Amino acid sequence: MGAAPAARDVTSYGTGLAAPLALFFLAFFVAPLLQLFWLSLHNDTAGLHWGIGQYLQFLTDPFSLSVLGSTLLLGAAVTAVCLLLGFPIAWLYQRVGPRLQTVIILIVLLPLLTSVVVRTFAWIVILGRQGIINATLQSLGMIDTPLRLLYTQFGVVIALAQVQMPLMVLPLITALGRIDSNLEDASCSLGAGSWRTLWRIVLPLSLPGIIAGCTLTYAAAITAFITQSLIGGGQMLFMPMYLYQQASALQNWPFAAAISIIFLLAVLAVVSVFTALGRLSRGYGGA
Amino acid sequence: MADTQGGRSLVVDAVTHRFPNGALAVENINLDVKGGEIIALLGPSGCGKTTLLRIIAGFIAQTQGRIIIGDDIVDPLPPNRRAVGIVFQNYALFPHLSISENVGYGLAARGVDKATRQREAQRLLELVQLPTMADRLPRQLSGGQQQRVALARALAIKPSILLLDEPFAALDKNLRLDMQIEVKRLQRVSGITTLIVTHDQEEALSMADRVAVLSHGKLEQFGTPSDVYDRPQTLFVNTFVGSTNRMPGTVMSSDRTGAKVRLDAGSEIIARPATGSLTEGGRVTVCIRPEHLQFVNDDAGFAGVIGMSLPLGATVVHEVTTADGTGVKVSQARFGETRTLESGAAVRLAPLAPALANAFPATL
Ligand SMILES: Nc1ncnc2c1ncn2[C@@H]1O[C@H](COP(=O)(O)OP(=O)(O)O)[C@@H](O)[C@H]1O
Ligand SMILES: [Mg+2]
Repeated sequence: MGAAPAARDVTSYGTGLAAPLALFFLAFFVAPLLQLFWLSLHNDTAGLHWGIGQYLQFLTDPFSLSVLGSTLLLGAAVTAVCLLLGFPIAWLYQRVGPRLQTVIILIVLLPLLTSVVVRTFAWIVILGRQGIINATLQSLGMIDTPLRLLYTQFGVVIALAQVQMPLMVLPLITALGRIDSNLEDASCSLGAGSWRTLWRIVLPLSLPGIIAGCTLTYAAAITAFITQSLIGGGQMLFMPMYLYQQASALQNWPFAAAISIIFLLAVLAVVSVFTALGRLSRGYGGA
Repeated sequence: MADTQGGRSLVVDAVTHRFPNGALAVENINLDVKGGEIIALLGPSGCGKTTLLRIIAGFIAQTQGRIIIGDDIVDPLPPNRRAVGIVFQNYALFPHLSISENVGYGLAARGVDKATRQREAQRLLELVQLPTMADRLPRQLSGGQQQRVALARALAIKPSILLLDEPFAALDKNLRLDMQIEVKRLQRVSGITTLIVTHDQEEALSMADRVAVLSHGKLEQFGTPSDVYDRPQTLFVNTFVGSTNRMPGTVMSSDRTGAKVRLDAGSEIIARPATGSLTEGGRVTVCIRPEHLQFVNDDAGFAGVIGMSLPLGATVVHEVTTADGTGVKVSQARFGETRTLESGAAVRLAPLAPALANAFPATL
């Protein structure tokens, strides 16, 4: 008796269909990454001597560590600002009529439709010594000498928050939209006020969106080379610029490679913390 | 027991609601509900039942009219200060909170400490016969169990009024009967004034002390199940509650006790005038229920031809076409030798007893 032909599971397709994408990833992502790693394991710029000297140099150099630290901190600050400003926007979006929804979406998406360079220069105009903020405050007589906004941590955070806002708001809108409105009504009818409902029901249930938004914003903020450099000016150095200087100006490719790897690992660590936080919430995955 | 503090009265006083888009969802509804009653709001989908429920709960501010709970006009109060318990059709349990936390949620909002909350939640879970589920999440429970939790959660705040929006619609038939009995039992134990929204007339008739029948946002009738079933005030109520045959006819004579109507189908019938008296010679629609018709042998009643016979378990329903072309259904209890009736057989039909039929003035 011949074996009956195995019934084909309709959910399992041949993995061959994924081959083009896999090849693409292999050629343009995995391979360069391996090359980068290989490069970082050389002690001299010529690439003749193997060793972990570059990593030791970075990890023992207070300056390098402070650049890494301020970059990670910058990401955290931008993410926090985006969350604090973005959540009310997304919350509002779910509560207004369709016409206002279109307006909100347009305002949120607008930054994506203009070039990063244009947006950044706009911020220079706003934050500069004779910029809009200083001019307004001075004409109102609230300050005598212009505030230093440009080339400060504050300026970079504000500009980056505006640039990355869509990455926070869009996942939040999706997450809030998926919450059954009966849940808020139920909470209210059980005697909870708006704040308790927000804190105990809406916020926990929108956690998947918050995690997604934070991850995207964070990753985008710490790697935003143009905005960081233009608003930060020469005074502030963040990892992307540091890397660029080492590779391009100083031609120290092994050290630049090591910086990349360390940066990558640090970002991965932060992202896994976000994800772990999401797992902790029991409502993860919805009803 | 402590829950018996429920049972406040509810008055819906001339409530009208028009949505901002112009839809008139509820029109001049008056209901006077006594403390501890179970009321069913019965009507087809879209007739405004949910809107009325949400007005009572405080989620919608009605355009006109007042809601009075006990001695208080509650219109200025937001939903969280009305002490109205709601069970939503989809239960609306908080998916990220345990069953115990769900049940204790309303107590937490009232500042009750955690230990008391847990004890109270456990007591209520025992009341709804789910004592072992406290630590589970809602998604780990079956539909019927989730419904019991939703009920326990609503009861936990000792509401003065309990509102249930189509609570059994999502349950399969056997479970639905269990839950109907369960809700009725809990309501009897707690004595809480209860409003059940439903589009299922059997559910309304079996569960409620009184039934409010709604159609297109208007209250058609508010009465006991037997009022609504046996003495419908409108043609809509007669046709929506239970099934009925509508037969056209002309009024021969009419007084307060009954009207003699000549059916177009060919015989005279005594019918109850549904609204006051009927004018002699006026056209009427006579409603007579399938179970109130019987086959007769002599030349009494009116003639008809059997179309089809459907054996429906305990009863057999025969479809008969009368001389004037009206289709009529006759339902017979099935006992021993039920007459088998061939399609096309000539039969004669008459009502079981006089005044089981209702006559309504015919609308043009
Ligand atoms: N938010 C709303 N805006 C406009 N019209 C509504 C709204 N909610 C319900 N309606 C309309 O009001 C009527 C009654 O609705 P509803 O109370 O939900 O009926 P039911 O619960 O009896 O099925 C329907 O015609 C519906 O289309
Ligand atoms: Mg409804």
